[in-house]
Amino acid sequence: MSATTLASVARPVPLGSASTSARPGLGRLTWVEMRKMADTRAGFWLLIAAVAITVVVVAVRAIIGDAEDHTFISVLNIGLQPVAVLLPIAGLLLVTSEWSQRTALITFTLTPMRSRILAAKLLAGVVVVTAMLGMVLAVVVAAVLLAAPGVDGTWSDGWAMVGQSAVYLIAGLIGGVAFGAALLASAPAIVAYFALPTAWSALISLPFLDGVAPWVDTIRAIGPLSEEVLTATQWAQAGTTLVLWMVVPLLIGVYRITRREVSA
Amino acid sequence: MIEAQGLTKRLGGRTVVSDVSFRCEPGTVTGFLGPNGPNGAGKTTTMRMLVGLCEPDAGHARILGGGYRDLPNPGRRVGILLDAAAQHAGRRGREALAVSAQTMGVGEERVDGLLELVGLDETAARRRVGKYSLGMRQRLGLAHALLGDPELLILDEPANGLDPEGMRWMRVLLRDFADRGGTVLLSSHLLAEVEVIADRMVIIGNGRIMAQGTRAELLNATGTAVRARDAMGLRAALTAAGLTAYPVDGGGLLVDAEPEAVAQAAMDDGVLLSRLAPSEGAGLERLFFELTATSATHPETISPELELAGATA
Repeated sequence: MSATTLASVARPVPLGSASTSARPGLGRLTWVEMRKMADTRAGFWLLIAAVAITVVVVAVRAIIGDAEDHTFISVLNIGLQPVAVLLPIAGLLLVTSEWSQRTALITFTLTPMRSRILAAKLLAGVVVVTAMLGMVLAVVVAAVLLAAPGVDGTWSDGWAMVGQSAVYLIAGLIGGVAFGAALLASAPAIVAYFALPTAWSALISLPFLDGVAPWVDTIRAIGPLSEEVLTATQWAQAGTTLVLWMVVPLLIGVYRITRREVSA
Repeated sequence: MIEAQGLTKRLGGRTVVSDVSFRCEPGTVTGFLGPNGPNGAGKTTTMRMLVGLCEPDAGHARILGGGYRDLPNPGRRVGILLDAAAQHAGRRGREALAVSAQTMGVGEERVDGLLELVGLDETAARRRVGKYSLGMRQRLGLAHALLGDPELLILDEPANGLDPEGMRWMRVLLRDFADRGGTVLLSSHLLAEVEVIADRMVIIGNGRIMAQGTRAELLNATGTAVRARDAMGLRAALTAAGLTAYPVDGGGLLVDAEPEAVAQAAMDDGVLLSRLAPSEGAGLERLFFELTATSATHPETISPELELAGATA
C-alpha cells in the first residue's frame, strides 16, 4: 500500500493566496520553454549534436588549409554553420511538438493566453542560441590561438563579426520558430524552412530580376552576415529579406496559434 | 462549480454538440455518460469547450464563476485530464509533471508525492512516457490533474486502460476528493464505471443531453415499457394521447408516462396490450443503452430532451 494519501497532497480547498492565483510571469514561462527544449530525447541530442559538430568542424578547419584560412573571421564563418542549421530546428520543434505530441492540450490549459506561450518560446530560443554563440566563440578563439596563423589581420573585425554572428543566429532561430508556428507540423515546417528559401533563390536568379533579388534572397542577403563586415546597403538588404522570411511567417504563426482549436 | 449553458458546437457542417446545459456543484461527482464511436456523443468536445480549448458556436461555460480563460493561473484551481496519450513520448514521466509544476508555480517535491500517490515508482518515473502502458499514462494523467492542488477536476475517460484494482483506487480517490468539498466531472462510455461513484449523471447521445439527474431520479423517471401486437395502432394511440414514446430493442416502446396513463391511452383507441410494466426494473444499464442507442439510430424520433424531475435545478 502506498504511504501517501490523497489528503496529504490534495486539499480541494480554495487557498486564494496571491502566490497561487498570480498569473505565471513571462520569465517563468521562458524558463519552462527552455527546459522543454532540452528535456526530450530529440531536443537533448539536437543540442549535444550542435556542440559536437561545431567542435569537429572548427578543429578540421584549424588543422587543414593555409594560414590565411586560420584567421578569426574565416574560422568563425565555418564554426557558426552547425548552430545556424540545427538551432532553428530546435526552435521549430519547440512549437510543432506541441501539436504532433499533443502537449498543446496541457500547455494551453495551463496558460490559456497562447500569445504568451509563443513569446516565451521565442525568448527561450533566443537565450539558448545566444548561449550557443558563446560556445561557438570559445571554440573558435581557442582554435585560432592554437593554429596561430601568424598572418596580418588574424583578429581583424573581430567585434563587428561577433555582433553580426548574433544577428545571424538569432534571426535564423526566430525564422525557425516562425515556420513552426505557421505550419504547426514538424516535417512540413522543416522542409519549408530549408527548401523554400533555396527554391526562391533559384527562381529569383532569373536575369530580369537582378534588381530585386539582392533584397529578398536569403543566400545573398543573409549569408554575408557570417562572412564579411556588411556595408550599409547590405544591412538594408538583410533587413528587407528578414521581413519576408522571418516577420511574415511569424505573423502567420501568431494568427494560427491563437486561432487554431485544439480538437484533434 | 461548473455551469454549461446551451453549449453548441458545429464541426464540418455537423452539429457535434447541441444545446448542452448542466451544472456540477462542489462536493459532488458528476458522471458524463455517452457512447463512443465514429460520431461520438460529444463528451470530449463539450469538455474542450469548458476549458477554452475550442470556442462554442453558441452558449457559454462558466468555471468557478467565470470563463476558464480568465483564470490567471488555472492549473492551481482546475485539474484537467483530457487525453492521457497527450504527453511528449520523449519526455520522462517525472519530468512531464515537473514541467507543469514549474509552469503553475508548484514545488517539485509535490511531484514525487503525487507519483507515489498514483502508484508510479521511481523506475516508472524515470522511463520515457512513450514506453508507458495505457494504464500508466492514465495514472500519470491523474497525477498531473492533481498537481496544482485544484478544487475542481475535469477528467475525460480517466478509467480507460485502468485494471479493476486501478479503477477501484480511482473511485476512492475521487470520492474522497468530492467529500472534502471538491467538484468532479468525469466522462465515460461505460455506465458501470461511473454508476457506483457519481452523485449525478448527465447522459449525452448524438450531441444532445438525453437525461440528467441523480441515480434515483433517473430510475424513477424511466417511464413504462409497453408492447402490443398492433405496434402501429399503439403508436397512434400514444401520440393521440400526447405521450412521448421511444422505440426499444425487441420491438416494444418506452413511454415517458405512468403505466395507468399508457393503459388508458391504449384502451381509448381499442389497442390490446401484450405487455405493460414500469421500466425501472430494467435498471440504469438498460436506460443508458436505450437512450443512447436510440439516439444513434433514430435521431428523428427523439424529443429534444427527456426532462427529468429536478434535472435542471
